[in-house]
Amino acid sequence: MLFFSFFKTLIDHEVTVELKNDIQIRGTLKSVDQYLNIKLDDIHVVEEIKYPHLSSVKNVFIRGSVVRYVHLPAAAVDVPLLEDATRREAANQAGKGK
Amino acid sequence: MADVEEGPSGSVSEPLDLVRLLLDEVVFVKLRGDRELKGRLYAYDSHMNLVLGDVVETIYVVDEEDEEEEDIKASPDIAFLLSHMLTFRIDYHQKI
Repeated sequence: MLFFSFFKTLIDHEVTVELKNDIQIRGTLKSVDQYLNIKLDDIHVVEEIKYPHLSSVKNVFIRGSVVRYVHLPAAAVDVPLLEDATRREAANQAGKGK
Repeated sequence: MADVEEGPSGSVSEPLDLVRLLLDEVVFVKLRGDRELKGRLYAYDSHMNLVLGDVVETIYVVDEEDEEEEDIKASPDIAFLLSHMLTFRIDYHQKI
């Protein structure tokens, strides 16, 4: 749930999603679900000359499993909060295992 | 074994506990597809999704003359990295 919650805090921020086929799509994060499927609005492809297929597309739904990276704006990430949340999640997981 | 940390969030009993000790440290991650990342670890989960800051990604490609080449791509922001990695290696020595 940690990454799901984390991505929900990034809704309405500009992100770049790099897919496993190397296409990078930049747009506004509009929605995310438990599988880390992603909806982006107002998109553009980073290397449009190389990947012209999506030039006329405005909004996309991206299946979580085809994502390699999501590039985030550093300013939108509260690092200490994120690290604490990670430790809490790790403690929770350990509790479940026993 | 005096160095083993104790307490609810300090014990090391499974592999991911070692990753927890690396939070906020610079880590080196080896991925599938001849990719490597070096960056500061901000978050991970049980799938080994990661959040890394100040990342440098290295992609190894074979060029036409059949030589291994390095292609370094510095990422300007924070990269979030989705699972599907083969191994990872600890880059910083920690008391374990």
